[in-house]
Amino acid sequence: MSSLRYLGDVVTLQFDEQKCIGCGMCSVVCPHGVFVVEDRKARIADRDACIECGACAGNCPVEALTVKAGVGCASAIIHGWLTGSEPNCDCGGSC
Amino acid sequence: MTTNSCCPPPKEPVACCPPQAEAGSRGPAEKGSVACCTAPGDDRPGYRLWPFVCAWLDSPAGRVPQIATRLTAADILGRWQMRWGLGRTRYSIAPGLYAVGTPSSGSPVLVTANYKMTFDILRCDMHGHDAWLLVLDTRGVNVWCAAGKGTFSTDELVRQVQRARLQEVVDHRALIVPQLGAPGVAAHKVVKACGFKVVFGPVRSSDLPQFLESGQKATPEMRRVKFGLSDRLVLTPVELVNMRWQVLWSTLALLILGGIGPQIFSFSAAWNRGIAAVAAGLLGVVTGAVAVPVLLPWLPARSFAVKGAIAGLASGLLATLLFSSSLDWLNSLALLMAVMAISSWCAMHFTGSSTFTSPSGVEKEMRQAIPAQAAALLVSGLSWLAGAF
Ligand code: SF4
Ligand code: SF4
Repeated sequence: MSSLRYLGDVVTLQFDEQKCIGCGMCSVVCPHGVFVVEDRKARIADRDACIECGACAGNCPVEALTVKAGVGCASAIIHGWLTGSEPNCDCGGSC
Repeated sequence: MTTNSCCPPPKEPVACCPPQAEAGSRGPAEKGSVACCTAPGDDRPGYRLWPFVCAWLDSPAGRVPQIATRLTAADILGRWQMRWGLGRTRYSIAPGLYAVGTPSSGSPVLVTANYKMTFDILRCDMHGHDAWLLVLDTRGVNVWCAAGKGTFSTDELVRQVQRARLQEVVDHRALIVPQLGAPGVAAHKVVKACGFKVVFGPVRSSDLPQFLESGQKATPEMRRVKFGLSDRLVLTPVELVNMRWQVLWSTLALLILGGIGPQIFSFSAAWNRGIAAVAAGLLGVVTGAVAVPVLLPWLPARSFAVKGAIAGLASGLLATLLFSSSLDWLNSLALLMAVMAISSWCAMHFTGSSTFTSPSGVEKEMRQAIPAQAAALLVSGLSWLAGAF
């Protein structure tokens, strides 16, 4: 189902190549194949496929990755707007 | 009936307990007196045993419930209720250590969430294998969502490892954590805190047997989240049930507004025009919450709100053509705009169930779509009211 693509150029994923030690953990945990690891360095191969789940940033041992992780759920975002808080999943969606 | 798509049909009568540990198996299971079905001492005041517990294994860290790898009718009924959003608030099992088959001190440890449906799928997929299941307390939420919320977490994993005294139960030091739990679990922190190494397993538990047999190696295919037709379809009932209150209140409002006309208020008009408006609204809901999820890959545009509007345009046009004899241009416009706006709104909410949308993207599309949806609804409402005169 590679035809399912979402909006381009919106995600908050940041990668600091200097810090990367090429352990490969990011490419193991990413559910959308965003990274490839070549020559002991990670590289972002498909940035727009990122869903900002935060798995890579949390599992990078040298903090070379950052991403503003959150829930991509419309009801949660509306709830966040109305209450001025961070969106969370407790709005009873199917998540 | 105990058959279910996730479990092979029972070959033998559904005897829940596997045969006694065979000679040659080692570890705690060997000492285990696998008493089939529960002994009198298992009753405790205020507790009821889950039907999936079929025996108890003795381990160095105490007795571990051994669980069935086939579903019973009650499990299937519960799953069906979940799908339709009936009483889905609490469907959890007690966290802790469980045994599938007759695991030994060398058997793998699989980590999972205490959402009963997740647990049911996992134990069925592990049919015929020996493993320990370490169930984390995620308040009855599945692995992916619990990882996002922070209940399926490094701290909770370490806590359950210690509580189960896992270092006494197994002689290896590895935990197989579902890959979808990775947003909550930092592998390098777990090993520091409890000495157990985290191996991220496949996304789908149905790939677990193959993953275990191939020396705990996941293929790239096993690491990818997909969103096929059946994945999308099972999510639509809950989507509809979540909208029931909005639908109910809008129905009432439309029936009242429908009565407004040249005679100030008329009950027959309330009935005729109100029902027509409710039907238009329902068409929008079904288009946005059922047709869009099903047709997702084939609808043009990347934004869900736009996909919904396009689908709404199509179904709205079809409806105006079908009823063209009884609709003037004002009412046709009202119908078309309402179906588009509602379909777009419902489709936008499906982002929460989809597996490939980023929060930044959803927020961006909402900022653009909501004003447009509101404007369309306003145009629809005004032309519908004007159409009464
Ligand atoms: S997890 Fe971090 S250090 Fe390891 S390859 Fe990825 S970016 Fe580099
Ligand atoms: S945030 Fe999630 S989807 Fe995005 S790159 Fe990291 S692991 Fe992949």
